[in-house]
Amino acid sequence: MDSKVAERGALENEKETPQEQEQEQVVNPWEVAAKDGGKIDYDKLIDKFGCQRLDPSLIDRVERLTSRRAHVFLRRGVFFAHRDFNEILDAYERGEKFYLYTGRGPSSEALHLGHLIPFMFTQYLQEAFKVPLVIQLTDDEKFLWKNLTVEESRRLARENAKDIIACGFDIRRTFIFSDFDYVGGAFYRNMVEISKRVTCNQVVGIFGFIGEDHIGKYSFPPVQAAPSFPSSFPHLFSGKDNLRCLIPCAIDQDPYFRMTRDVAPRIGYHKPALIESLFFPALQGETGKMSASDPNSAIYVTDSEKVIKNKINKYAFSGGQDSIEKHRQLGANLEVDIPIKYLSFFLEDDAELEHTKKEYGSGRMLTGEVKQRLIEVLTKLVERHRRARAAVTDELVDAFMAVRPLPNMFN
Amino acid sequence: MGFSKEQFLARLQELQIEFSQYEHPVVMTVEDQAKHVGNSEGGLSKNLFLKDKKNRFYIVSALADTKVDLKVLSQRLGLGKGGLRMAPEEALGEVLQVPLGSVTPFALVNDSARNVSLLLDQGLKGQERCLFHPLSNDMTISLNVCELDKFLRSIGRDSSYVDLEANPPVGKDNPPDLAALVPSDSIVLPDLPEKAASLQAPPKAHVVSNKKSTEITAKATEPSRKVKNVKDKPVNSVQPSSSFKDVGQFVEEILDKTSALLLSEITEETINQHGQQLGVVVSNCIRERLASELKTDTTLYMQTAYTEGFHVARKMFQSTDTGNQFRCL
Repeated sequence: MDSKVAERGALENEKETPQEQEQEQVVNPWEVAAKDGGKIDYDKLIDKFGCQRLDPSLIDRVERLTSRRAHVFLRRGVFFAHRDFNEILDAYERGEKFYLYTGRGPSSEALHLGHLIPFMFTQYLQEAFKVPLVIQLTDDEKFLWKNLTVEESRRLARENAKDIIACGFDIRRTFIFSDFDYVGGAFYRNMVEISKRVTCNQVVGIFGFIGEDHIGKYSFPPVQAAPSFPSSFPHLFSGKDNLRCLIPCAIDQDPYFRMTRDVAPRIGYHKPALIESLFFPALQGETGKMSASDPNSAIYVTDSEKVIKNKINKYAFSGGQDSIEKHRQLGANLEVDIPIKYLSFFLEDDAELEHTKKEYGSGRMLTGEVKQRLIEVLTKLVERHRRARAAVTDELVDAFMAVRPLPNMFN
Repeated sequence: MGFSKEQFLARLQELQIEFSQYEHPVVMTVEDQAKHVGNSEGGLSKNLFLKDKKNRFYIVSALADTKVDLKVLSQRLGLGKGGLRMAPEEALGEVLQVPLGSVTPFALVNDSARNVSLLLDQGLKGQERCLFHPLSNDMTISLNVCELDKFLRSIGRDSSYVDLEANPPVGKDNPPDLAALVPSDSIVLPDLPEKAASLQAPPKAHVVSNKKSTEITAKATEPSRKVKNVKDKPVNSVQPSSSFKDVGQFVEEILDKTSALLLSEITEETINQHGQQLGVVVSNCIRERLASELKTDTTLYMQTAYTEGFHVARKMFQSTDTGNQFRCL
């Protein structure tokens, strides 16, 4: 299906009332639920949303353009869908740069591995393409949706900024901002331009708002849409209204940007491009939900080696068989096995992963071994993050968040 | 290097802080301490050195009889249930720079304890004088809490007095009342053991001979760090964060890591295994194993340099009064 037709269709679908979509899986920025407690059907999702699959030819193209190996998340299909990513690459080939936009809703101090994924990928994109990046901390959103005070959400934003900085972004090309601090001026002007082009019915269709929801919720979407337009950042992109934007995010954020893309041409800007990831599965399995209230559903960046070992050994859902004999005979069910899934996210070595899958799938390798390897990989990752996080000072955060020029942001 | 007991006492005298001192053999528990200084005027204190799951540290300084429930305190700080534990022994040396059995609010005089939060029992205010260790447990000093406050002010700390026995509900509509006392920075030690029980001396307890009951309202005052000097060192953790400003140290550390890896990879076994190719093998190994870590370190180095430059520029253009010496072409 032509991408534009698919997208148009998805936007039309949004006009249906939410009730009509009850039996379907639910995927929006505030809720992700598979049909009948099963697995998320990504093919259906791509179909319904009207975005495109990231095919291998695009990945090859990225490798050629950046002269380096594609990030593990691209190779393994973690980032698997996109909108107009090929146009970004076309423009890049012509010498036209772009900027990256990603963000986080700072709802809690505890970050888990799932939260890190878009940031790890964005850091790679920044380094590979040598482009600037804006990171939005939606402290206002969390204040509006959760039981937090304004001070608490601002404080969480700063705390989360430290974890984000620990992912290794280039301070010479990165601007981090919190909505409560930055909204105003040109950014606000864009917000209002956007809000004039989106109807109440549309946001109800996209986000499922109801009459009883307070107006803060209704007026929030333009805040997350505005960073897609370069003129929202006059201190960075003044005079570059033609600059394209690429947004790496998890696929549940797609609705915001469908709305944004619909508005963009009407206010004279390029539609922002998107590159979207799968959901990171909970330890208990794809059907489980990673939840802040259950610390054993995820690995946190503050978990010690001992905790990681315990969580993986005790809670990671295994696709192995009940007994060793049965396992040797039938092999493991790789479809549901969490350690293998986690390894496919975080084990860099393609050959080793393939080998592990083969041995485990045939029953020659046991669950314990796979888990052991995973524990090693995750511990290394978490350690690196912790070290980097410990070195982030308040002064460093101030510098990242200062409204300052970024000369050489494209060099 | 941490303050010695003598340096600290000298500092008290410089500040004209009025105190009495009692020497005694080394004491590891409050009971033992009581045997030696129990007759002196003053409320004996027990001092707990605690840590939360995010490697943030706290000193709780209370009257010996005050009941301190770590579970309640943990919730009041917003750390959830069981978020607080006794800090491991190494932390005592690394962060507070005092020997085992010597936890005292005065340990905050050391720069390594910059990010340690201090919670003071409001009960201390009700005492004519209170007894603490002056960085070492072979001596006890007694002083009025006002003098303690004076000392804390001199090192840029506010005194936060808390009703430690209070147990207010904490939940959706009742945010943790002590959340403001949680340090903004964590301190990471090289090896973080998950010890269930601390190896520290148990808190000291003593029967208070002199009880003055003054009504103190239970209010936790906000601790504010005085003047966060731009030139301050980053979080003083045992992590070599200072190496991100010092070229020599930074290079030394890179060479140390590379050297260690090199030495571990060249053994009789590997020489026999790879022969002439060993150089290539080890070279690849070093690249593979160190690339990620060195990248992280160097990024931090670059960020630190940038941040310093940024703050210098900000300072230059901030002040507009005639006292501004700075100039730009």
